[in-house]
Amino acid sequence: MNAMATTAAETAMGQGLQSCHACGLLSRPLPGVKAGRCPRCDEPLVFRKPASLERTLACLIAATICYIPANLLPVLTTNTATGSESDTIMQGVVLLWSATGWPLSIIVLIASIMIPSAKIVALFHLILTVRRGSITNHTQRAQLYRTLEFIGRWSMVDVFVDTFTASLIQLQPLMSVEPGPGLLFFAAVVVLTMLAVEFFDPRLIWDSAASKHSTRDIQHA
Amino acid sequence: MVGNDMQLHHYHADCNRPLADASLVACPDCDLLQRLPEVPPGASARCRRCDKELWRHKPDSINRTLALTVAALVLYVIANSVPMLGLNAVGREAFTTVIGGAAQLWHDGQKIVSALVLFSAVVSPALQIGFLLLVTIGCQRERPSFWFGGFLRFVRVTRTWSMIEVMLLGVMVALTKMADYATVIPGLALFALFGLAVLLAAMQASFDPREAWKRIEWAEPQVQPPKAEAKP
Repeated sequence: MNAMATTAAETAMGQGLQSCHACGLLSRPLPGVKAGRCPRCDEPLVFRKPASLERTLACLIAATICYIPANLLPVLTTNTATGSESDTIMQGVVLLWSATGWPLSIIVLIASIMIPSAKIVALFHLILTVRRGSITNHTQRAQLYRTLEFIGRWSMVDVFVDTFTASLIQLQPLMSVEPGPGLLFFAAVVVLTMLAVEFFDPRLIWDSAASKHSTRDIQHA
Repeated sequence: MVGNDMQLHHYHADCNRPLADASLVACPDCDLLQRLPEVPPGASARCRRCDKELWRHKPDSINRTLALTVAALVLYVIANSVPMLGLNAVGREAFTTVIGGAAQLWHDGQKIVSALVLFSAVVSPALQIGFLLLVTIGCQRERPSFWFGGFLRFVRVTRTWSMIEVMLLGVMVALTKMADYATVIPGLALFALFGLAVLLAAMQASFDPREAWKRIEWAEPQVQPPKAEAKP
């Protein structure tokens, strides 16, 4: 029950076993083999996702860079007979705010602005604590990772909003809406953060606990 | 070391050896080794360290999933073949489908975003339904071929990128935005998509991959390799 009561020996890796990411089967690699294959579903097996922190960090840095133009460049441009007007994501949220539209406005605010930024901060936190070998708050960090896995997809909402707004409002020459350059960067932020979450191996959070603890065990012994 | 491992069969010479004890699992999120208990239908077993759900015993999983998947397939076809949204403004009417939305985006020069929309709202749900259909139909057979397992591997990935429910929320927001200056007409496909979102969630919730693996796993024994000599 208690995280502190666990040692490396109680993990699959500690016992030299690999568990299949795809089918869940536990199996033992041939002697001297690090990258095995699942005997049941033929999936390539590793003890931990290869270069997990590096790949997560790479996606995360790219996402952080894209985050700036995603929020500064317009995602939609409305052309009317009198001229054209461009809206960024934040302006879209403000435009949606009305007596009846405010719940949707809040949803877009959460999905498009708060979730992507929270995801970036949370992933940096996870990478940093794993790299430092933090031995505290394992359960909270595991829950944080699961939350990231679950909410990431909802940031795509704005991409769909802009897609269908632009495809329906095609009333040339009176009024037409077309997607702006910010949309590509915003979609890149969503996809890159989702990939970053995929590349991150949550077992690394717990590895530090096991290894720190086993060294302490050795000292006590 | 070898004594504990049973060599039931293997497909390739270089693949891992399965353990004799099939109830032993490692938590996918924290790698803790533990034994799966027998749980009553509807109940679940959770990791004792990180509380990850390791297995939920879903009664009659394969048949229920098959039924839901067939229903999802029907709604998927409807959702992608009839108009989803109509717009009535200044005496003109325009209709669009999901694919039409992606096509317009492509036409406007946003090719990468268009491909992403197509992938997450059209291709991935189709693959999700397709793979699950193949697996559940395959499991109906007395002796499912082991290669059905290949499809099972991809079910998880397609689920991550299949975003019908997210798209529906996006459509709702777009509707509210446009309602200010035009009359919006919801199409049949919109209702089909609502149903589809519910069915996709239900079919994933009723599917128990452990049950499917149990049927596929050792159903078609391969040529037994010679037993490894137990080391003293």
